[in-house]
Amino acid sequence: MPKVYRSTVIDAPIETVWALLRDFNSHEAWHPAVAQSRIEGARASDQVGAVRSFRLASGAQLREQLLKLSDRDHSFTYCILDSPIPLVGYVATVRLRRVTDGNRTFWDWRSSFAVPPGLEPVLERLVGEEIYEAGFASVRARLSGGAIPGKGREEAAGTLPRPVLRATPRAIRCHAVVIDRYGEADVLQRRETQVPPPAAGEVRLRQTAIGVNFIDVNVRAGRYPQFPAPLIPGVEAVGEVVDVGEGVVGVLPGDRVGYVCLPPGAYVQYRNLPAERLVLIPEQVSDEVAAAVLLKGMTAEYLLRRAHRVRRGDRVLVHSAAGATGLLLCQWAKHLGAVVIGTVGSEEKARVARESGCDYPIVYTREDFVQRVSEITSGRGVDVAYDAVGKDTLLRSFDALARRGHLVSFGQSSGAPEPIDIGLLTSKSARISRPAVFHYTADPAELKASAGAVFDLLQRGVLSPHITRRAPLSDAARIHRELESRATTGAAVLLPG
Amino acid sequence: MVKVYTSSVIDAPADRVWAHIRDFNGLPNWVPPVADSRIEGGVPSDKVGCIRNFNLKDGGNLREQLLALSDYDFSVTYNILVSPMGVQNYLATLKLTPITDGDRTFAEWTAEFDCEPGREQELVDEIGNGVFQAAFDNLKRQLGR
Repeated sequence: MPKVYRSTVIDAPIETVWALLRDFNSHEAWHPAVAQSRIEGARASDQVGAVRSFRLASGAQLREQLLKLSDRDHSFTYCILDSPIPLVGYVATVRLRRVTDGNRTFWDWRSSFAVPPGLEPVLERLVGEEIYEAGFASVRARLSGGAIPGKGREEAAGTLPRPVLRATPRAIRCHAVVIDRYGEADVLQRRETQVPPPAAGEVRLRQTAIGVNFIDVNVRAGRYPQFPAPLIPGVEAVGEVVDVGEGVVGVLPGDRVGYVCLPPGAYVQYRNLPAERLVLIPEQVSDEVAAAVLLKGMTAEYLLRRAHRVRRGDRVLVHSAAGATGLLLCQWAKHLGAVVIGTVGSEEKARVARESGCDYPIVYTREDFVQRVSEITSGRGVDVAYDAVGKDTLLRSFDALARRGHLVSFGQSSGAPEPIDIGLLTSKSARISRPAVFHYTADPAELKASAGAVFDLLQRGVLSPHITRRAPLSDAARIHRELESRATTGAAVLLPG
Repeated sequence: MVKVYTSSVIDAPADRVWAHIRDFNGLPNWVPPVADSRIEGGVPSDKVGCIRNFNLKDGGNLREQLLALSDYDFSVTYNILVSPMGVQNYLATLKLTPITDGDRTFAEWTAEFDCEPGREQELVDEIGNGVFQAAFDNLKRQLGR
């Protein structure tokens, strides 16, 4: 039973090397023998059980399965499922260890397998040299500026210069969900695409979770003509930095980051973005939770603290209180000491909203919410009404306001509201705002503060994510239909496989 | 429990480095702070359970017991019975792994122990740098190409 063992030292920190290697599909980007690779089905490339299907430069087609992955031990084990080369029962393990002396990485790669008699030498050489050693050389060149092995770098213990991590010249082949024209959910199509190396000031991300927001539906339906089709929808995602362009400081390959930004383009596996749009995700927050909560959480933040300043005792009205943003608004407003009144479409949604801090959920299909608000507030009305429904509710939300109340229209899920005559406001000395989250997070300092507030409350348990739907990116059309059906509660996350 | 982990690369084949460090009584040959050493009771230094009794150049005395030795894995595990450092439950392992690329050696030395609160950083530094890394640097000088 031949066993192959090869090991090397890479002149880069273990975190950097691991960030690259732990992606089971990344070998396409760095191994010279691999021409093309993809993960089958909807699995993520760091999901145990994932199968990579790849073609070698020689034309051979192979399938390998990830059996074990450990971020703690920096190691993974995989086996061959299908191969034209007779490596029988092939199981291999990659393992990294930190070299504290010089902040470098020791990497060993080993396998055992059976071969037809007589073929041991040629297959051992194939595995040991063409796969393992060639892989080492390529990763070394990519991460440590092309140092030559065994050539006396060991003398300068502890004083090795930190390697400069350059963008790989290779474009990454992946898939995206695009629309060629505006329309219903079925215009969302999966398409193969290429993501070039990041430009100066940009960062290339391998996305692990994409947040779905109602704006995606509106963009797809053509309600934002400033974003003409064809386009890739999506304004929010979380991922790992693959490489950085020139001039980028403060963000490194391997960092876990998230972003919220226009123009749309998040329904992809890999993406280039300006580094200043990124926020670092705290260790205790998972990728999926971050993607489900970042944009909606920052929306709740600016609505409750900046567009209007909610104070203890304020009466707050939240429409769609059981929606993903609505639930966060209820949780946060309750935390601020407000009395939270919400509108929902069903008894079940009322229960969900109540559990998130909504004191008075109103099932609007059964009761007139304006009258109910009047009863709850003893005729006074609410100090602030948060309305992302638009056409169906806006004028009635105005009716529910107290004197000097503030109507904040921050979305239009039912369509654009009728124009409002400014004279209407005089009857209550009311205010109307029509804000958008992007204006409240464009400034990098404000972005950081807003995201920081969201993560802080997440970790304190004040905000809790309600992820009710997870689907592979290629199922985006179904997720859009569900969102538009208004039958759902909580947040949906798309997973780029 | 405080943990120390120090690792380095020595430009010599692993079996050669192992031959140089395998002798549990051989610390004076390659660990700079150690002045002299003997095995208590005159037993062979690769008999698991034997105790080495050695003195440091600055005068301290230590007794350490061999718990495990492997010529197969190139590793040795031992604990401290007596030392002037103020550590308790001290357990350490030294292990070599071949680096096939360049026929070199990856050396790892780990230790874990308890100590008085507040002394952690001082001891991590003294042990990780003052003993482990100093010994690795010495091996590089002695054996490196």
